[in-house]
Amino acid sequence: MSGANDSYDPKQVAALSPAALATGIAAALQAFAEARDLDQLRAAQNAHVGDRSPLALANREIGALPPAAKSDAGKRVNAARTEVRQAYAARLAELEAERDAQVLAEESVDVTLPWDRQLPGARHPLTLTQELVGDVFTAMGWEVAEGPEVEAEWFNFDALNIGVDHPTRTLMDTFFVAGPDGSADSGLVLRTHTSPVQARVMLTQAPPIYIVCPGKVFRTDELDATHSPVFHQLEGLVIDKGITMAHLKGTLDHMAQAFFGPGIVTRLRPSYFPFTEPSAEPDLLCFVCRGESVGNPNRPCRTCDSEGWIEWGGCGMVNPRVLRACGIDPDVYSGFAFGMGIERTMMFRNNAADMRDIVEGDLRFTRAFGMEA
Amino acid sequence: MRAPVSWIAEFVDLPAGLDGRSLGDALIRVGLEVERVSAPADGISGPLRIGRVLSIEELTGFKKPIRYCLVEVGEPAPRGIVCGAQNFAEGDLIVAALPGAVLPGPFPIVARQTYGRTSDGMICSARELGLGEDHSGILVLPPDFGEPGTDLLDALDVLGMRDAVLDIAVTADRGYCLAVRGLAREAAAALDLPFTDLPVPGVAEQVAGYPASVSDPAGCDRFELRAVTGLDARRPTPEYIVRRLRACGMRSISLAVDVTNYVMLETGHPLHGYDRALLSGPLGVRRAEPGEKLTTLDGTVRLLDADDLVITDDRGPIGLAGVMGGAATELSDGTRDVLLEAAHFDPASISRAVRRHKLPSEAAKRFERGVDPAMAPVALQRCVDLLIEHGGATAVAGGTLIGNGPVPVPIELPAGRPGRLAGTPIATAAVRHRLEQVGCLVTVAEARAAGAPETQATETQATGTEAAADEPVLSVTPPSWRPDLTDPADLIEEVVRLEGYDKVPSVLPRSPADRGWTAEQRLRRSISRAMAGAGYTEVINYPFVSPAVHDAFGLAPEDSRRRALRLANPISDAEPELRTSLLPGLLANLGRNLGRGNRELAIFEMGLVYLPAETTEPAPRPGVEHRPTDAELAAISRTVPVQPRYLATVLAGDVELPGWWGPGRPAGWADAIESARVAARAARVELEIRKAEVAPWHPGRCAQLLLDGAVVGAAGELHPRVIAALDLPARTCAMELNLDAFDPPPPAQAPELSNYPPVLLDLALVVPAPVPAADVLAAVRAGAGGLLESVRLFDVYADDERLGAGLKSLAFALRFRAPDRTLTVDEAIAVRDAAVAEAAVRCGAVLRG
Ligand SMILES: [Zn+2]
Repeated sequence: MSGANDSYDPKQVAALSPAALATGIAAALQAFAEARDLDQLRAAQNAHVGDRSPLALANREIGALPPAAKSDAGKRVNAARTEVRQAYAARLAELEAERDAQVLAEESVDVTLPWDRQLPGARHPLTLTQELVGDVFTAMGWEVAEGPEVEAEWFNFDALNIGVDHPTRTLMDTFFVAGPDGSADSGLVLRTHTSPVQARVMLTQAPPIYIVCPGKVFRTDELDATHSPVFHQLEGLVIDKGITMAHLKGTLDHMAQAFFGPGIVTRLRPSYFPFTEPSAEPDLLCFVCRGESVGNPNRPCRTCDSEGWIEWGGCGMVNPRVLRACGIDPDVYSGFAFGMGIERTMMFRNNAADMRDIVEGDLRFTRAFGMEA
Repeated sequence: MRAPVSWIAEFVDLPAGLDGRSLGDALIRVGLEVERVSAPADGISGPLRIGRVLSIEELTGFKKPIRYCLVEVGEPAPRGIVCGAQNFAEGDLIVAALPGAVLPGPFPIVARQTYGRTSDGMICSARELGLGEDHSGILVLPPDFGEPGTDLLDALDVLGMRDAVLDIAVTADRGYCLAVRGLAREAAAALDLPFTDLPVPGVAEQVAGYPASVSDPAGCDRFELRAVTGLDARRPTPEYIVRRLRACGMRSISLAVDVTNYVMLETGHPLHGYDRALLSGPLGVRRAEPGEKLTTLDGTVRLLDADDLVITDDRGPIGLAGVMGGAATELSDGTRDVLLEAAHFDPASISRAVRRHKLPSEAAKRFERGVDPAMAPVALQRCVDLLIEHGGATAVAGGTLIGNGPVPVPIELPAGRPGRLAGTPIATAAVRHRLEQVGCLVTVAEARAAGAPETQATETQATGTEAAADEPVLSVTPPSWRPDLTDPADLIEEVVRLEGYDKVPSVLPRSPADRGWTAEQRLRRSISRAMAGAGYTEVINYPFVSPAVHDAFGLAPEDSRRRALRLANPISDAEPELRTSLLPGLLANLGRNLGRGNRELAIFEMGLVYLPAETTEPAPRPGVEHRPTDAELAAISRTVPVQPRYLATVLAGDVELPGWWGPGRPAGWADAIESARVAARAARVELEIRKAEVAPWHPGRCAQLLLDGAVVGAAGELHPRVIAALDLPARTCAMELNLDAFDPPPPAQAPELSNYPPVLLDLALVVPAPVPAADVLAAVRAGAGGLLESVRLFDVYADDERLGAGLKSLAFALRFRAPDRTLTVDEAIAVRDAAVAEAAVRCGAVLRG
């Protein structure tokens, strides 16, 4: 150590000796390290850095030194104070981090607790399926057309080439609105298909017409696993120049893939409907077995009865008589129309087994569908 | 229509090895609905052998006669078999099913103990073999049928049991397919094979037949009679006729009846046989006269309608034309002279009679769909021939013929048109070939001049099949059995379906660009999503309601919701009305869900209600040859009911469930009203809520919902009496709203945001208790003016002691902000005081100290 201090009063200069400073530093560092929490650290700080601490004392002693010794002692004391301050800050950061971690640990909750305070709502799968139909067709530039559910017989039958003697125009098949005398001669029925919407559009809109008509229809069937007196249909109608059966097929194929996935195509079987000529029934490639169950007893398919195809409605080229009744020149325009059951389509798409579940409105059923089927 | 393949093969040379299933598939391709293909032998497996009965031991002591037979079946020792039938003798050849065999049913054969003996197999009846209904005895084979022990599985062909039967559902436009002849023609076309038609008899001798007259030629445009004499009606029907009738689903009755049925199945032409000895005077065809009666073959006495077409003799009606003959002139075992009738009746007239008398018959089914008038002489000749061959009869010379039936009209068809409509070219030769396969007579009418309308030069969908300028126009005369072919489109269908729908390519049409969903449809979807997002689950109820629900709802006698449309033929007589409100259906639904244990119920429905039109005049039905006039269309539209779309909600149970967070909250009137606001927000409109007394709601807890001053709905808690009447949970709540009142919102207007700091102040106002909070809120808003950014009612407080009786305190949180500067607290307080002043003026409000 420097001999310069030797000439001073040992009592007065003892605190400034390097040994004393070293002892003070060591004591402070030890006290900080031993502080177990922020309170103890604060006490240690008071004891070792506070006004009455040896280091503070040493600092005050500097003033008593002769000027030649001041600088040297001041440097030593500052170095000591800096070392202690740094040790304190480090320990403070450590203890604060410990405290913070503990607070967070104490605030921990069971995040797996349920929050089923309000039951979610849901939209009906038939609504969702009809919207899906609309989405698929509006994406192609078609319109979604709608019309009344209680309909004039003329729109529901006559305009569609369904003559007065047609078997569906009886109380056996069709709901008739009673006239004032209670008879069925009001001229009003619950529409048996959404085709009257097509007639209304053809009567009021000049071609080209590209419409799809989803909606509620009525027939006098009793409710069972596959029938309901109130059900839903989607029908499509295109009237334009040069429309062919190929366009009908293309549209059906597109729709099948949109609903049931890539590769699910349709085939046409000849059939008969008054509204169309030629008429066909579209079959849907079985979306479960994709036809691989046919002639393959090891892989039977319940969905298609191992036929490979599923019946999916009716379609055809619009009968020129219908075009004429609606004021469209069949020598200039041709068109196609198709119709499917929304329920049937939804039952296929969503694997629903029983019509009664769809109509009875048990909330457990509908809740499964949420916002998109 | 059921038809055995062997019968079809009499008209078409079917390729060897073509099985029933393949033939069925071919018919499906051309449009027939083949529902089933099956043969009687399906389901039979061996051992099935020819057996010879060696000995018969009659067992006694049982309720019925029982035989124990020893039967030689080609084994070292005969088998002992117990049998209940009596129609065989020792030495007869029979069919023995031995243990291990399976008969149709499936009915497995095992050795078993019965009547005290071991029966080591079974002696089979025709029915047990699936050969028909005959169970009166076992099947005795002809003596020369074969050696005992011969495996009969190989011989099933001989018994006709391998003959597949096609079961086909015939659509209304294909009446000709209700005949083997018609189906065979389809099979020939489907397989592209030649078709051999039935021979047309030569012109009948010029000898007058049985006298007859037709006084209603519109109802009967062809009436032909032939006769046979000397019939032995007791002779058995030949086995092949019985077998074919059975295969087609008809019972054998007697030779003469069987023959007429057989010929009908073959030709499609119904025939009726009269016992000539029971006829009195000439036959006539006319409409029935009022009060006339007829006992039909089924023994029913029928009161005839003036629209019924009848066959008569001197004594009056003896048959319901085309539907069913009369009992008085029926063929019997004693019939010797038969008068055969083959007539052509108006299909619509037959349909009406069938419906009127609820009397579907094989004959009527064919007349309704159209019978080939040219088949009448063929069918009569076939019938006469068969009665001569199998019944010992002789033909009576001559015949009666009145009228000729409809004459097909030629249709012009440009040869390229089928291909143009199909979207794939079809050569003129193929068009002709297909039409000729159908039975049409095809000639070339003319070459169409260039530039005719058929040349659609401006097609928007290019198909590559545009009409050629020199395309021939075909003149096509449909065959007499195809009354459905009247338009070019009908001919096109024939060509395209026989060419194969599978040849039609798949091409997506290009629609002109469009706007997609309409604004109204998008709004509806937004509302539906908003309702589901708010916790409501959608249902779609039937619109059928009981008139009793109006009383249960407590509707006043003059309430317009009582004015409902009624169905003439409801599914249930208890629910004949169409809904004028969605609530009856929703409340029933609520009950159904409770019954299934669903307790927290928030349900919504969006759907049409049906409000009767002003007029009750029946809707006009203009013709369809051309577009109706606008006046006619308007007249139809006037009769169609107004059908607005409503939204309704019902609530019961908790809307917030109890849980670890605390107690639950039951649904209340406020939730019901809020459900209307949810919909209104989606439409970006604000509903005015006004207290009202409306059925079926609680008079103190009911809000009317107004939009632009017009009532558009109501909401609240249901009336306790309604809840009791409908057995609903206490405090059930409901809302109903006319969605048609909502217009799609215009584009939303973005607000200008101020970034200056707000001043927040609370305000408590004391008002008389009956003053609606909405009025106070409106007054505060009006008084505060533009500096008030938002106001929210956060507390309602009533206390007789601290506030005074009949008063309530409403507490509001106000947020003030200026667009252009920092608002001072003093400024905000001044604005608040203005709000208080306005509330004082409007509502008698006093600032709470
Ligand atoms: Zn399948």
